[in-house]
Parts: sequence; C-alpha cells; structure tokens
Amino acid sequence: MKEVMAAFELENLRGEQVTFSGNSDSLVCFIKEDCPTCKEVMPVLVAMHKAFAGAIDIRIIGQTLDGNKALDNAFTPGFSILDDSALKVSFAADIETVPTLYKTDASGTVTETCIGFVRDEWQGLAQRLSGELEIPDVDLDWQKLPEWRPGCGSLSVDPSNADRLRAEAENSPIRARKIAIGSQDDEFEFMFDQGFSDGLPVIPPTPERVLRMLGGTRRDAQEIIGVMAPNLGEVTIEKIAINAVMAGCKPQYLPVVIAAVEAISTDDYNVHGVMATTMGASPVIVVNGPVRHQIGMNMGMGALGQGNRANATIGRAVRLVIRNVGGAKPGETERSVLGNPMKFTMCFAEWEERNPWQPMHVERGFDASDSVVTVFTMTSGPSLIVDQESRSANALAGTIGQTLEGIYNPKAHFATNCLLVVVPEHVDTLMRDNYSKADLRKRIQETSSRPARELVGDTVSGAGLKPATAAGMSKEDLEKMMPKFRSEEDIHIVVAGGEAGKFSAAFHGWVTGSIGSIPVSRKIDI
Amino acid sequence: MSMLSILDPTDERVPVSRQITPRPKQIVGNVALLDISKPRGNVLLDRLEETLSQRLPDVNITRYVKPTFSKPAPEELRQKIQANSDFVIEALAD
Repeated sequence: MKEVMAAFELENLRGEQVTFSGNSDSLVCFIKEDCPTCKEVMPVLVAMHKAFAGAIDIRIIGQTLDGNKALDNAFTPGFSILDDSALKVSFAADIETVPTLYKTDASGTVTETCIGFVRDEWQGLAQRLSGELEIPDVDLDWQKLPEWRPGCGSLSVDPSNADRLRAEAENSPIRARKIAIGSQDDEFEFMFDQGFSDGLPVIPPTPERVLRMLGGTRRDAQEIIGVMAPNLGEVTIEKIAINAVMAGCKPQYLPVVIAAVEAISTDDYNVHGVMATTMGASPVIVVNGPVRHQIGMNMGMGALGQGNRANATIGRAVRLVIRNVGGAKPGETERSVLGNPMKFTMCFAEWEERNPWQPMHVERGFDASDSVVTVFTMTSGPSLIVDQESRSANALAGTIGQTLEGIYNPKAHFATNCLLVVVPEHVDTLMRDNYSKADLRKRIQETSSRPARELVGDTVSGAGLKPATAAGMSKEDLEKMMPKFRSEEDIHIVVAGGEAGKFSAAFHGWVTGSIGSIPVSRKIDI
Repeated sequence: MSMLSILDPTDERVPVSRQITPRPKQIVGNVALLDISKPRGNVLLDRLEETLSQRLPDVNITRYVKPTFSKPAPEELRQKIQANSDFVIEALAD
C-alpha cells in the first residue's frame, strides 16, 4: 500500500494520454477484467463516476488492454479505462490486490484505501465524499450488492512479472548497461558473438535473472570489491551476479563466488600474472565450512570432476568474471601456450568430515564454523599419485614424495608449490601409523630430496642447475640434499574423493611467493 | 516486437559491437530494394533497378515498401525480406 500516489500518464481506450498529477482530490482504482470482484464493482465505479466526476479527478486503471476493452463493451461506463498493461503504475502504487481503490488529496497523499470489495467501506467512502463535496449521494442500491467479496491478485505481484518490474523500477539495484538483442537474433548466438562466453553456451543475464541472483547476498549491488586485471575493471557485486547467472549459478552460490573473486583480486594472488603466463595457470577454488553442505557441493566421489552444479558453476562464474570484467581472453592477455581444461572451471569442497587432520581453512587461521574459499594457482593436474600397494604410512608418503618430484621436471627443485588432494583410502593408510599432516609433509620432502649434483643439467636432461653454476659450487654444496619444495609450507593438503580408489592427486603450482601467486583465503559472507 | 534485454557482463569500456553479415564478392541471387517511404525514395530505387538489371541481368530484383519511414519495418516484412533475399538495398532519399 502506498502513502503517496506518484504522478503518472497512461493512455485510455480512446487513445488519449491521461495524466494523474496528484495535486487535487482524486479517486484512483485498479481493476483487472478476469477478476470477478472487479466486474462486480464496475457498476459501483460507474455510479461513483457519475456522481463525482464533475468535482474530483477519477482514474480507473485496467491491467490488460484486451480486458479493458471487454469491460468497456460490457458496462459502457462513462469513463475510458486507462491502460496499465505495462503494470508500471500498478507496481509503483504498490498494490497487491484488485480492485484497490485509493482516495488521494491535493498533495497526492492516500487518505482512504479500499481493498477488494467490502460494501460498508466502499459505501462509507462514497458517503463521506458526497458530504465533503456537498453533493447528493451516489445513486446506487448498496443493499443489492454483496456484503463482501475478496479481490484477486494484482498482475504486478504475479511472480512472472514481479522480478521484471522490480528490475525496471527506479530504485532497482541494477546499473549495468542494458543490451537489447534483436527479436530475430538468437540470444545464445548473440552472447557468443559478443565474446562473453568461455566457448560453452551461457545463460542470458536478463535483468530478472540478475535480480534473483542478487537475492543470494545481502551486500549492496554497487559495492566495488576490487579491480580485476588485466583491464583493472571495477568488480561490483552486480557484475559478479551477472557473470554468475551466465555460468549457471543458483543465487545461494553467489556469496561463494564473491569471496573467490575477492581472493583472486588481491595483489598476493596476482591474477594478471596467472592469466598472462604462457604456462597455462588457472585458479583452483577449495571451499571449506558449513556452506559446502548448504549448497550441496561435491566433496566425495568425483569431487574434482563434472556433474555437480555448485562445483561446476562457481568455478565457471569466477572464470567468467576474470574474462569479462578483467578482460583476460585467450590470445590477448591470456597467453597460455596450450591452455588447460581447468580454465573452464575448477572448484571443489574439502571432505572435512573424512579428514582426520585440521581442514584447510582451520589450518589457515579460520574457525571451523567459518565458511571459507581458498584459491590456489595450478598449472597442471589433478595428476594422479597411484599407489595401491603400500600398507604403511611411510611407504605411501614415500610414493607421494617421489611422484611429486616429477612436478615441472624431476630436476626442478625449489621451483613451485602444490595442492595435494588425499583420497579417503590413502587417508586410512596414513592413519594406520597415526600420521599427521606435518609427518606427511616431512616425508614428502625427505623422499623427494637429492644431492644438488644430481640436479645439474646433463645430456640426459638439460633442465636443472646450469653446469656453469654447478662448477662454481663447493663440493659440500653439491652434496647438500635438496628437497622438492623450498618449504614444507609449499605443500597444501586437503582431503576429498570417493571411498574406493587409492589414487590421490596433486595440482601443480606456478611461480610461488611475492613474484608469483600466493594462495589466498577469504571468509564467505553468507 | 519483443526484444530480450541482457545486462553487460563486462567492464563496459568498449561499445557493444553488432555482427554484420559477411559481404560476398559477387552479387548473385535475389536483391531486395526497400523503399522506406521517404519522398522520392522510389525514384532513386527505379534508377537503381534499371542500372542493376542492365549490369546484372541474372539477378532477381524484388521491390519492398515499408509503411512509414518513421517506424521500424514490421516484423512480417523483415522476415519476408530476410527469407527471400541475398542482398538488400535500402533507399533513404528525401
């Protein structure tokens, strides 16, 4: 219900533009032809119009053009019904029911309201008005009218219209440029032509869909959460929501997408380098905390693969933000030599309940009850670590260490980091000997260690330490044992995957530290 | 005419580009001459039709007229032109 009725202009059935300026006493009534109660009040409106039309402004507004014509034919009223088939005036008047009758004063303020048909209310309003205007009562046998009839739902609150009307209203949170697609254009082809897509079809981000997506967060649509390289485009919640619609997200995924975009927009994460490198890097998004269950993420069988909407579309939405707002496109500022299918999407949840150790977010300083995203830059993977034979923690962790030495190439020590995904069966083997995460990291470093002299480039493999550098090293230095990773902290560990299968996996990292990409975690604002 | 509107997912620094149909090297098939109903548009199209018929005798020319220049062509007319033509020449005139 409205306190003040805003001015409007609508066309009547005679094709005349009729205004309501709200600067004199008026009656405004909203009706809809397929509502039986509206048909019952038509004779009342006709009588009221006859009595009051000379003294005050009367505006009868119908919600469908065909319906208005039908009412006009059936009742031949003294007024011409105004066409609000666009429903903008109905929406602005905030009505939920037809008929709704407003009496307004010279400031446009609504002084009386009748919703549906309650005979006493309508009669009372008519009698008071006659009294005020000092004219005879409305010529109507009120007793012949039903005592009470409920109204019908206004089309402006019909779910099929309400989102559109909200999106088009003046106080809509939407500010993005609207792009009209010609009626003969295919919207899916149009989106491809505009370069908005990652190569797969995207859902057209209509204002209605984006508005529904924005319903997934409490945050202001125009809040700028960062700038996205390489274009340094400002990332607003609205732009994230648009890309989330395109990716196929549900509104409840939006907070996760927002947190992931916040994480990759940081200087530590360095998305510009991640996109521009010829290596083919891309973010892996790991989700921790209660949100995993709330939005139905996959953390078990096939967690790193396809088939789960949340996993698939959250990762894709983040990639589309990078592409569309950041402007990173293959062949332009995205310069990967081969590319990588993980550049479409790579997001999964950690199976914390199957993890005997601290989950990733707790290890990184958050409360267990927090929902958190962590973004890690990968260049390869998930690469399997196959070990179906080891029965002790040491032996299995040894296999993991030896396999991880292959990252980049076996001689590339101190070069990168990794995200190790340990599967449940491997967790069980490690827990036979009560291995901690620290034990696992230590064993990986131990079993991937080699004396520096074995890392020197030779005729078998030219990679590794330059022979000229090695020539300048002391014998002691050449014998020094070099683990694969510069620090145990470069080994990030999570648990995920199905109950059956002794195949853990690793995502191989990119350049680490402040000259590369540092994994970043962000709490999800649910 | 129903138009679907979408929201721009980009940072909006470049204008939206619309694709145009590829321009063939040769004129063959059906050519539509569309008079948009501006004064003397028909005169221009008459001369064009004469010239085209002389130079390209194998080309099939069809004339179309928009009801008024002040409004977009009706959907039906646009579909008809699209279905039946390989080329369209639209006369603005005045």
